[in-house]
Amino acid sequence: MPSLTRWYLKSGLLYLTAALLLGLILVLPFRDRLPLFVHYLSPAYFHLFLVGWVTQMIFGVIYWMFPIISRARPRGNETVGWASYLLLNSGLLLRVLVEPLHGSQPNSSLGWLLALSALLQWLAAVLFVILAWPRVKERYRGE
Amino acid sequence: MPRLSQWLIRAALLYLLAGFTVGALLLGHKGVPFHPALWSWLPAHIEFLLIGWIMQLTMGVAYWILPRFWDKPRDAHLVYAQTAFVLLNVGIWLVVIGGLWREGRSLLWLGRAMELGAAVAFARYAWGRVVGREGS
Repeated sequence: MPSLTRWYLKSGLLYLTAALLLGLILVLPFRDRLPLFVHYLSPAYFHLFLVGWVTQMIFGVIYWMFPIISRARPRGNETVGWASYLLLNSGLLLRVLVEPLHGSQPNSSLGWLLALSALLQWLAAVLFVILAWPRVKERYRGE
Repeated sequence: MPRLSQWLIRAALLYLLAGFTVGALLLGHKGVPFHPALWSWLPAHIEFLLIGWIMQLTMGVAYWILPRFWDKPRDAHLVYAQTAFVLLNVGIWLVVIGGLWREGRSLLWLGRAMELGAAVAFARYAWGRVVGREGS
C-alpha cells in the first residue's frame, strides 16, 4: 500500500472517530448548557463524516487500486496526490474550526477564513480528479 | 477495468467536481455573502455528491471487481447495468433541475423515480455476480 494511501486511510479513520464523537456531543441532554459555538457544529459533523471519512477513504483506495499508468510512473504525479491530500485536510480542518466560531460571531472577520477553506477543498478535488482521471482505463499490459 | 466501469467512474469524478464546486460556493457564501440565491443550490450539492459521486463510483467499482461468470455468456444481463447508468444520470439532472425550478415538482418526482429505477436495474444486474468461489 503506497504511503499516500496510508495517510488517506489513517486520516479517514481519525475523522470517522471525530465525526461520531461530534454526533454524540450534538445530542447530549445538556447540550443547551454548552458554549454557543457547539450549536453551529452540525455541518462540521456531516462534513467530517462525508469528506473526512467517506471521500478520503475513496481517494486512498483509488490511488492504491486503480490500474497503473505505466511501470515507470505507476500512479501518476505523486506530488499532485500529496498536494490534494494536504489541501483537503487543511481545508476541512479550517472549516471545522472556523464555521462554528463564525456562526456564533457572524460579524467577525472569520468569514474570509471560511472562504479560504472552501477554496482549499475545491482545489483538492480538482487535483485529485486530475490525478485519478488517467487511471480510469483498461489494465496496463506493458506496452 | 471494463468500459462500463470507466463510464461510471469518470461520470462520478465529474460529479465530485460539480459537487465540490457548488459546495465551495456555498461555504464561501456563508463566510462572505455574495448572492442569496446560492442557498437554493444546497440540494444540488447533496445530489451531486451522494448520488452522482458516491453511489455512482460504488456501482462502477462493483461492476469492475465482482466475480464474473466463467460460462458463456459472461455478461448475460449487461443491459441492466447499462440501463442503470443512463437512468441514474438522467435522474440526477432531473432532480437538480426540479429542485431549482419553482414549477419543477414533477421533474423532481420523475428524477427520483429514475434513480430508483437505476438502483433496481443495477441490483438486478449485480445480484448474480455476488457469488462464492464455487460460483453459487
